[in-house]
Parts: sequence; structure tokens; C-alpha cells
Amino acid sequence: MLSLHGYGPSIFEGTLLTLEVSLASLLIAMLLGISGALAKLSGARSLRLVATFYTTIIRGIPDLVLMLLVFYGGQMLINQLGPLLGYDGYIDINPFIAGVLTIGFIFGAYMTETFRGAILAVNKGQLEAGTAYGMSGFMVFRRITLPQMVRHALPGFGNNWLVLVKTTALVSIIGLNDMVRKAGLAAGATRKPFTFYLVVAVNYLLITTISIYILKYLERRYSVGVREF
Amino acid sequence: MEERIVSVALDDIHKRFDANEVLKGISVSAHQGEVISVLGPSGSGKSTLLRCINLLEIPDSGRLLVSGEEVLLKKTRDNRTVPADTKQVERIRAKLAMVFQQFNLWSHMTILQNVIEAPVHVLKTPRQEAIDRAMMYLEKVGIPDKLEAYPAHLSGGQQQRAAIARALAMEPEVILFDEPTSALDPELVGEVLQVMRNLAEEGRTMIVVTHEMGFAREVSSRVIFLDEGLVMEDGAPEIIFNNPETDRFSAFIKAMV
Repeated sequence: MLSLHGYGPSIFEGTLLTLEVSLASLLIAMLLGISGALAKLSGARSLRLVATFYTTIIRGIPDLVLMLLVFYGGQMLINQLGPLLGYDGYIDINPFIAGVLTIGFIFGAYMTETFRGAILAVNKGQLEAGTAYGMSGFMVFRRITLPQMVRHALPGFGNNWLVLVKTTALVSIIGLNDMVRKAGLAAGATRKPFTFYLVVAVNYLLITTISIYILKYLERRYSVGVREF
Repeated sequence: MEERIVSVALDDIHKRFDANEVLKGISVSAHQGEVISVLGPSGSGKSTLLRCINLLEIPDSGRLLVSGEEVLLKKTRDNRTVPADTKQVERIRAKLAMVFQQFNLWSHMTILQNVIEAPVHVLKTPRQEAIDRAMMYLEKVGIPDKLEAYPAHLSGGQQQRAAIARALAMEPEVILFDEPTSALDPELVGEVLQVMRNLAEEGRTMIVVTHEMGFAREVSSRVIFLDEGLVMEDGAPEIIFNNPETDRFSAFIKAMV
């Protein structure tokens, strides 16, 4: 790889961190998404209300503002709670955790909508057949809903993932050494911002292009048994 | 009359959807080996009756016994009737295989996977045993060459026969058929009816909601005619078709011919 005025390895580390933040956030977003979707589709009014509140709030506030709120607000909250719990020192929020939590939380809301639509797209008769053959509700979900909703969820899921990867650029603002911040530092030191931000742009493009190929492959795999026209 | 084992017994079953009372007190029992055709105009409650038997619909009141075991129901605080024991319901459903109008095969699974799914995961049959049994039943319904195919690649008639193999693989006490030929193209109806006829001859207990008057008349051992949520006729086909007790049934027969 290019030495990039000696900053190559540093940018590479930043790229790895960007990937780590993305994947960790994705995991949280998926867990929240599937819980949110099930809550929205559940018979319990209270669950539906909580999930609707969640998606409305999250989708209505800019990602950057949310991230700053979680980072600084979380900091304040923890440091006010600390003394109450008998801890006197000042607690710094780990920016990695703050970033991952915020991004996971934001994209959990988008995933909720994606997964909800995907679950609704699964043929009701097939679910009923599962029930009629003695499956428990959980077994119907695991054996029938889940494998079929993947196909319906993948296009929306893919979009969310691409936007999520790009959103990780925001974590540089709360001081996390992702590739954007590393590039910023290198640009400042060498006075060659265009070079470094171009490298960053290409890196993002690489990640997203590879993602698109993987998603295409998954879409084909999960379309097994669907008649092609 | 000789002692016969009762597979399913319904006693004064009521079911309403909001203001619409669909079943107004149905008492019927099916004995082992009986093939019962349930006839009736649309909206007569015949599908609802079938769905109450395996608890896809929960009756509002009345008693339901499946192979001697009474289904335990309870009232919620807002006065809805729900099963008292979901494990019992799952156990009972596994004894009553169902064949649906729209086949409802699991589209992400091959035909073989469809047939072994519930035996393996619900009945906990060892996989190899389930596969052997599935092959046998796919042979019986005449599609042994389709086991690796996905449902979408089969004709409607083949899908419904696969669905019947899926039902047989549960080795059920009773097979419930919910208008099994109504979604089929006319030229495919015959092959499904032939499979059902073979099952009837084997002495399997079947409850069939149908519009196929030929099947009701020639294959079933008993016909029940439902209208407006009540049993209007109940008897051997040769008797009730020739001497309908109610005007409703004679009008129904005339309209169907």
C-alpha cells in the first residue's frame, strides 16, 4: 500500500476502526430492529406504543444531534449517578461505546421498519400451517417467518447498512480515531487534505462496493424456491 | 351399533366474530374411520367449524374432545375464550393434520423438507425415519420424483398432493381438509380427489369441507349439511341425498347440480 507520507498505516488502523464501529453498530441495530418489529406487530398495546415512540423519536432527529446528545448527555447522566452509587471519580464515556450505541440505536429504528415490512410480507397461510401442525409461536417464527423474511428484508437492510457505514464518519466528531479523523490529522500535518480525504472516500467506496456484492449473493441465496419470471 | 372409537367430538360449539354468530351450537362427533363431508353454502360456518376443531379458531363456548381428551378453555378478564394450556393445544394440533385450500406449503423448503418438517421438529421423529416415511407418502400421493423441487415449481394439483403427504407424515388421528380442491384449475381437481378417495378406502378418518358433490356422495360415509351456523342434516349420503329432511338441503342440492 502507499506510504502516504508515512500516514498509510495510521489510515489503515482508522479504516479497521471504521469497520469495527460499523459491524458493532449493525449488530445492535439488528437486535433492536427485530425486537422493535416484533413489538410493533405484537398484540400488546404497550409494546406497540414503546416501539412507535422509539422509531418516531429516532427517525425525527438528525444523527449528529443524537450522537452529541448521547455522548454529552450520557456523560452528564453517568457523572450525576456515579456519586449516588458511591463512586467519586470523573467517568469518561468511551467514545467507541458511545458511537456504537448511538449508531446502533439510530439504525435500530430504521431496521424496525425494514423488518416489520419483511415480516408482514410473509404469507399468512404458511404461518397458519405451522401453527396447525403443532408448532409453538416461537418455532413458527424461527422455522418459517425468519428464513422467509430475510428475502424481503435484504433490499432495505442493504440500504440501511450502506447508510450506516457512511454515518460512522460522525464518530470522528466525538473523538474516535476512525479513518476520517485519522485522515484529518494527516491532512493537518502534511497540508494535503485532498490526498487524504480522497483516500478516505475510496476506502468507503471499497467497503460499500464489497458490501453490495455480498448482499447480492445473499439475495440470490435467500430467493431459493421463489419462482423466477 | 358396534362400539366405535370417537376421534373428535364437538358439543354445543358456539363461535361469533363481533356481531356475527357463525356457529350457533354445533354438536357433531367423528368416529375412527369415518369420512365426513361437510357441505353448506358460503357463510354457513363450515370452514370455521373445521378451524375450531384444531383450534385455529377458539370456540366461544362448548366442549371439544380430541381422541378422548377435552380441550381446556378458559375465560379472560375481558370475557374472551382462550386455551388454558397452550402445550395441550399444540399436542392436539399435532394429532389433527390439516390440508388447506391454498395448500400453504412452506415456500422456502423443498417438498421433502415440507413433509419432514413437522414430524422432525414437532413430533421429534428421528430424521432418517421421517425421510423414509416421507418417501413412502410422496409415493402414495404420486409425486415421488418431486422431493427436491420447491413448491413454486409444482402445479396446483401436485402442491395439494404434496400437502396431503405432509398431512399423512404426521400419522394423524384425523385429517382435516378445508376445501382442498377449490383453488385448483378444473383439470387438476381429479388427481387430488383420487388421492383422497384412496385415503378414504384405507380407512383413514377424514373431515372434508367441500363443494365436490360427487366426492360427498360417492366417497364419504357421512354427510353433514350446515346452514346459518347450524347442522341441518347429518347422515349417510345415500339417505340424505335421496330424502333430504330440510328444504334448505334439497334447494342446495338442486343448486349444486
